[in-house]
Amino acid sequence: MGLFIAQLLTGLANAGALFMVASGLSLIFGVTRIVNFAHGSFYMLGAYVGYTLIQVLPGVVGFWGAILLAGLAVGLIGMLVEILVLRPVYRAPELFQLVATFGVILVIQDLALMTWGPEDLLGPRSPGLVGVVRIMGEPVPKYDIALLVITPFVALALWYLMTQTRVGVLVRAATQDREMVGALGVNQAWLFTGVFALGCGLAGLGGALQLPKGGADLMMDFNILTAVFVVVVIGGMGSLPGAYLAAVIISVLNVFGVTYIPQSTLVLMFIVMVLVLMIRPYGLFGREEVAGEHGQVGEPERPIKPAGLQVRLLVAAGVAALAALPLYGSGFMQVLTTDILIFCLFAASLHFLLGLGGLVSFGHAAYFGGGAYVAGLLVKHAGTPMELAFILAPLGAGLGAFIIGWVCLRLTGVYFAMLTLAFAQLLWSLVFQWGEFTGGDDGILGLWPAKWLSGTTPYFYFTLVFSVGGVLFLRHVAHSPFGYALRAARDSERQAEATGINTRRVRMLAFSFAGFMAGLAGGLFVFSKGSIFPNELEITRSFDALIVVFLGGVKTLSGGIVGAAFFKGVEDVLTRFEYWRLAMGLLIIGVVILAPDGIVGTLRKWAERLGVLKRAEDES
Amino acid sequence: MLELSAVNSFYGKAHVLNDLSFTVARGQVVALLGRNGAGKTTTMKSIMQLVQPRSGKVTFQGQDITGMPTHKVAKLGLGYVPEERRIFTDLTVAENLEVGRQPPRDGTYAWTTDMLFDLFPNLAERRGNRGKALSGGEQQMLTIARTLMGNPSLVLLDEPSEGIAPVIVEQMVNVIKTLKADGLTVLLSEQNLHFARAVADMAVIIEGGTQKFNGTLEELNAHPEIRDAYLSI
Repeated sequence: MGLFIAQLLTGLANAGALFMVASGLSLIFGVTRIVNFAHGSFYMLGAYVGYTLIQVLPGVVGFWGAILLAGLAVGLIGMLVEILVLRPVYRAPELFQLVATFGVILVIQDLALMTWGPEDLLGPRSPGLVGVVRIMGEPVPKYDIALLVITPFVALALWYLMTQTRVGVLVRAATQDREMVGALGVNQAWLFTGVFALGCGLAGLGGALQLPKGGADLMMDFNILTAVFVVVVIGGMGSLPGAYLAAVIISVLNVFGVTYIPQSTLVLMFIVMVLVLMIRPYGLFGREEVAGEHGQVGEPERPIKPAGLQVRLLVAAGVAALAALPLYGSGFMQVLTTDILIFCLFAASLHFLLGLGGLVSFGHAAYFGGGAYVAGLLVKHAGTPMELAFILAPLGAGLGAFIIGWVCLRLTGVYFAMLTLAFAQLLWSLVFQWGEFTGGDDGILGLWPAKWLSGTTPYFYFTLVFSVGGVLFLRHVAHSPFGYALRAARDSERQAEATGINTRRVRMLAFSFAGFMAGLAGGLFVFSKGSIFPNELEITRSFDALIVVFLGGVKTLSGGIVGAAFFKGVEDVLTRFEYWRLAMGLLIIGVVILAPDGIVGTLRKWAERLGVLKRAEDES
Repeated sequence: MLELSAVNSFYGKAHVLNDLSFTVARGQVVALLGRNGAGKTTTMKSIMQLVQPRSGKVTFQGQDITGMPTHKVAKLGLGYVPEERRIFTDLTVAENLEVGRQPPRDGTYAWTTDMLFDLFPNLAERRGNRGKALSGGEQQMLTIARTLMGNPSLVLLDEPSEGIAPVIVEQMVNVIKTLKADGLTVLLSEQNLHFARAVADMAVIIEGGTQKFNGTLEELNAHPEIRDAYLSI
């Protein structure tokens, strides 16, 4: 009984930081519709800034003052980020802003590395709250008790701000209809900035408050990000009580999980999330997202059309130049190109889902890595010949996508995206923790291609055939009746239904097909590297694909491929430098601001302006 | 007070307003008439700069407001009551009014919640209710009240009588008459003449985004053929 209560208290204490970060994310999403991937980074900054301030400020007052100041400082940094990075891209298509926030993650990572160095910082103790109190004989850290008391006050203050003040009323009104709020004379720009700063400040406060428990390190940003997303989704996007309840549920479950079923820790919260979303598709306290409720932003989509003769010739010339690469390129060039080709196929498969289907998956790595693992496991455990394993990779991934899609497609928008993320994480934790079967963190080694394909050049050709073939096939499907039906479902679900299109079935097929193609890329990948590790299933891999698709241009068919090729190439150059993340982050932010239609879309606009390409208006 | 000169507005490639020009003088109630799809709502949105005209000019109290951010237009004293009402359904009646609150400008009425509750007694009873609990008529009153909280000198009323019960329409007529008596300028849009006849001094008729008539209500009454050609009866 004592242990039970002690653990309950620890769980509740842990919920504090999680709630603060999650409520900030939730607020920001509610008003600005931005999924702030960088929210974990602000949490990390809060910890680092708090650490430095605690070193400077003495005593009890200094400690708590430092924590408050850290929250304030991070809020100011958030304000700067909003003004410099996000303001220029509010008019961009929905979800494009999340790419910018991804750039912010990279920049903050390197800035933190530069400022505080690579070593983990040990959390300073809170003066006067060192040691434990005994509750029914069980030790509970005094600082945990302090957190238990503080968190409800922060929640209460937030509640007061949101319900009892004019600012809160405006924020809630803007969450529902920001255009109308503007039409009533409220400057939305400052409302957005204020909310973003508040959200970031809360994250910073959370980071600083957990210092005595966990210290500060450079992994904090991604480590908390998933948990925060899960909390926000379980609680319901935009709901503060929901965030609080969900943070408590997740934290308490986690503490008990660690004690009783330690191997469950990574999976537990995703299982809870899946269960909650199955019963309440918009979270515990969430509201249904009505499509178009927040007004359409950006220009209407252009119809896609089959490539003209000019473009076809250009593509043929490009493929021919690639095919001749072994004649003039070094072995390294061939390996690099192989990598790029595989990544292009992976990105193109996501682009198909995202651009044509309007289905934003945050967990597409599940099918890439999944395909790779299917092949790897078959070779390792069943001695399957490489050729057969390679064929089964996309089939396995496609089947996985079918099952996951069946569950996820009950939801839409951000909830759909989060659920796909949850499943990807689930798969990742499964592979990571089931060491005896999957090799766990050590991965699977010795997965080489068959004799006739061994060697850099033969495998390069093998990849070329399947990548180019795969991309062409994706394009072909986009122009098929199925592709039309998919786009119809994206643009107007009701209209499509009324026309006799079974939108759910079409989306299921599209999801499975995209998974299949990602699995094909995974199959190519595993035999090009000769090994597979769990990080191919990680969130960062999913995000990589998402980023390049957005940067390349969601609304253009070639966007995924161009983005992938461009960024894989740039990455290869940049990673040779120490602070490559900073450069990469700035590059991403730059592209987002300068090319809001993506690389392809913006190039096309410029070409049209210069008269190289015909304007879309002239053609009709 | 408000002047549109040769305004052209587009949705993508669709040309919705075609060289639209008319003026609204201080203290007048002007009815913008036309059938469904004639461009009435787009005219309202073009004035508020929710749709930015591609060419032409909108001036308000002598100031060019074309291309100005919507919130600044509102702050100048232009109140907008959208056709779809767009009340904040998760907020209470009192909170909805709070969102609309702006300090009074020189020469405008200074509205308080109590004055508005006098004008709309139904709302007073429901001040603690959420927007989604209101009836269509109550929602319509709330949108007007919310806009009045901004102390506008000119109100744009987009189809105020649409979709509400006749008895409420009667109330709306009285409200607009009261507001007019208080010196408020109103531009309202309607599909038919009934409502306009009760309150308006002037009428502008548009069809396909082009102006077809501009004159007093008496002149319009004298030409039934115009009414038959451009309005639903």
